[in-house]
Amino acid sequence: MRWASQRLSPTFVTPTPLPNLSVLMAPTPLLAVSSVSKSFPGVRALHNVGLTLRAGEVMALIGENGAGKSTLVKILTGIYTPDEGEVRVAGQPVTFANPRAAWASGIAAIHQETVMFDDLSVAENIFMGHMPMTPRGRVDWATMKSKSAELLGRLEADSTPDTMLKRLGVAQKHLVEIARALSHDARIIIMDEPTSALSEREIGELYRIVEQLKAQGRAILFISHKFQEIFRIADRWTCLRDGEQVGDGNIKDVTQADLVKLMVGRPIDQAFPKRIVPIGDIVLDVEDMSNATEFDGISFKLRKGEILGLYGLVGAGRSETMMGLFGLTSLMRGTVRIEGQPISIDSSSAAIAAGIAYVPEDRQGQGAVLPFGIRENMTLASLEEFAQRGTISQARELDATRSLGRRLAVKAANWEQRLGELSGGNQQKVVIGKWLATKPRLLILDEPTKGIDIGSKAAVHDFMGELAGEGLAIILVSSELPEIMGMADRIIVMHEGRIVTEFVRGAATAEQIVSAASGSGHSEAHA
Amino acid sequence: MSVTTPNRYDVADRAPFRIADLLLRWETILVLLLATVIAFNTYISPYFLDIYNLSDATFNFSEKAIVALAMALLIVSRDIDLSVAAIIAVASLAMGEASVAGASTPMLILIGLAVGAACGAFNGALVTGFGLPSIVVTIGTMSLFRGLAQVVLEDQAITKYPPSFAAIGQGYLAKGVPIPISFTTFLILAAIFAYVLHRTLIGRRIFAQGNNPVAARFSGIPVDRIRFWLFVLTGTMAGLAAVFLTARIGSTRPNIALGFELEAVTMVVLGGVSITGGSGTIPGVVLAVFVLGLTTFGLSLVNVPGIVINVLNGSLLIAAISLPIIARRLLGKRA
Repeated sequence: MRWASQRLSPTFVTPTPLPNLSVLMAPTPLLAVSSVSKSFPGVRALHNVGLTLRAGEVMALIGENGAGKSTLVKILTGIYTPDEGEVRVAGQPVTFANPRAAWASGIAAIHQETVMFDDLSVAENIFMGHMPMTPRGRVDWATMKSKSAELLGRLEADSTPDTMLKRLGVAQKHLVEIARALSHDARIIIMDEPTSALSEREIGELYRIVEQLKAQGRAILFISHKFQEIFRIADRWTCLRDGEQVGDGNIKDVTQADLVKLMVGRPIDQAFPKRIVPIGDIVLDVEDMSNATEFDGISFKLRKGEILGLYGLVGAGRSETMMGLFGLTSLMRGTVRIEGQPISIDSSSAAIAAGIAYVPEDRQGQGAVLPFGIRENMTLASLEEFAQRGTISQARELDATRSLGRRLAVKAANWEQRLGELSGGNQQKVVIGKWLATKPRLLILDEPTKGIDIGSKAAVHDFMGELAGEGLAIILVSSELPEIMGMADRIIVMHEGRIVTEFVRGAATAEQIVSAASGSGHSEAHA
Repeated sequence: MSVTTPNRYDVADRAPFRIADLLLRWETILVLLLATVIAFNTYISPYFLDIYNLSDATFNFSEKAIVALAMALLIVSRDIDLSVAAIIAVASLAMGEASVAGASTPMLILIGLAVGAACGAFNGALVTGFGLPSIVVTIGTMSLFRGLAQVVLEDQAITKYPPSFAAIGQGYLAKGVPIPISFTTFLILAAIFAYVLHRTLIGRRIFAQGNNPVAARFSGIPVDRIRFWLFVLTGTMAGLAAVFLTARIGSTRPNIALGFELEAVTMVVLGGVSITGGSGTIPGVVLAVFVLGLTTFGLSLVNVPGIVINVLNGSLLIAAISLPIIARRLLGKRA
């Protein structure tokens, strides 16, 4: 089925050359992107994408990871040059030779991870690259500080021009970045998942700033995965899928379900695909597992086909416990039995030999070797299987990679493609594939869907059900309540390194689980 | 299913072959560089393309090249050993003392290798046991080992070696076969190292931990054990280099092999091994050995002083590593 038929025609740029920007709600869009395409070797990142952004408007740019949002942002900020198409700023066609040119034409981007100088002051960060100078060629500190103070005041920021950046929290750093954009009088501000590191209160602050920027007649391109935010803040939306624009319109004319459907290209069941599978014998029996600092007296059992949810707040010791089970942190005491046999896990290779597999939380840092190809990643944990007297058979590696890759529906140009070039969801599929190649009895998934797009997320959940159905025992560590409540047969809650309570599937409400995790639900633990 | 319709989820086995990829390979650049060096040297000196001269030229770089092979593995795995030249001094000293005490040639070789391995193990234990950065540890042991040799030898030299020992360093494969033993050893080791790094389990693990040591550990790779043994291997290769060098020059002096470590690192880096770890090839290192070795030899044929050759070698390294970056920029502009 071709989804192109659903594509709505993009709004076209009014060809009349245009005016002065002080006319705020002028009909000429501040930013007009038309028929932009960009390809990389083997990948068509963007195809014929159009977008218009008017003054005083917030446009939500939505799409799954790998849909082409980042590529579009990189074109608008002068990091990439488009192969085809045109970008107009205030009616004037522009081509950006470099990021500085984009910046000069009034486009500023605020990124997910703020890229700034921690050891410099707020004022220096704001004016980095365009510091005011005295006639004798020195930095004009007085002007710089007073202008910074004014900008910070306008944003109602807590920091002062002299504050060292490293002393600020993420939200305050975002404000400095916005101040930096304003210092250059940026008219078009791109916010790339600006709320991902913010607390609820700070998000509220950000909404206030966005409203303020709107009122000043600036245009904002707002990239987010969170629908709640999109519906709260955006006026219009544009959706990309697989590098193509699949729709745009006013936010008030759509529902979340409409957008999800457009993003993934098919209706998606928001509910979790829990499969009811027979639960078998005990696979894992942990007794009084403790280490020096992170966890203490951990005991639980896990059966074949069972999915055990492990919930807790940040710092509760969940990942540390799992690393202990996987031989990555040394245990002080306790016994671990796999299918009744006590095993000593003093290294990750011992854990692998015992049939334990661990998909870690930090996919890029701990899970994947990004410069390696898909094949080399897939076989990394089970390399002995593919070697004879130490020599690796690439043909056998490729066979295994093909079958695992197809099973997990990995999307890539070829099996030798570097993992760093894949989207987050596909990277995660490869990491899971790497562990399935070890033919484990116990699979530990630590935040397996963190930061991946909806489509891949559903695929991972579905796959978990399938694996449990095949008799694998699974531990699901997750901070996402709907995920853990939807997928797990039992939920263990940890607080400050200890298991505080356990719920069977459906026996607890979200509120009960959260209150147990915050240390106030002890009574049930001793029941 | 016999008929498969290609859809966007189809994944090819490998990237399509493109001639540009081959041309931009580091090894291709090195081959061109080597051809240039040979052509230039042939042009400036009629004595260059002479089989006897060329084979004698290998004496000057084979010892360093043997060390460079092990150094390549170490750098790919994200470590470095700057104490290799000092290890050569200590190993040479041990052989000298043993020789004075009357040890036989096989015994001397064994002592050289063993002392090298022990020094490497010392480095490896410090790096993996205390989690210290290898560059710091080996700068320390560089002074330590060299200092040790200097304290024992003062300004003396040990020159009493049995004739059969000297034959190892100065001898050829056989009568009428003008290939030195040291060069032959280098070639054999290069083949073994290339096979190990590019075809085996250990090689893949070295690349994996060079690229991402954390992910390697999470994948069950005994990262520290591999690091330790790579230091032992590098020390042993330094010991072997000490055997050839001591036998060739017939003496042990406190300043023996001074500056070898940087020349070995230069061979490795010019060979295309990333100094930050995780990538590189043994064929690249072998090509770089020839480029550097033959440049030095050609220039010395026309009596260019050693100091000037150093300047040229340095320039060569800088030019060679900036070449691909310049090329990429030019190509990037066109794209």
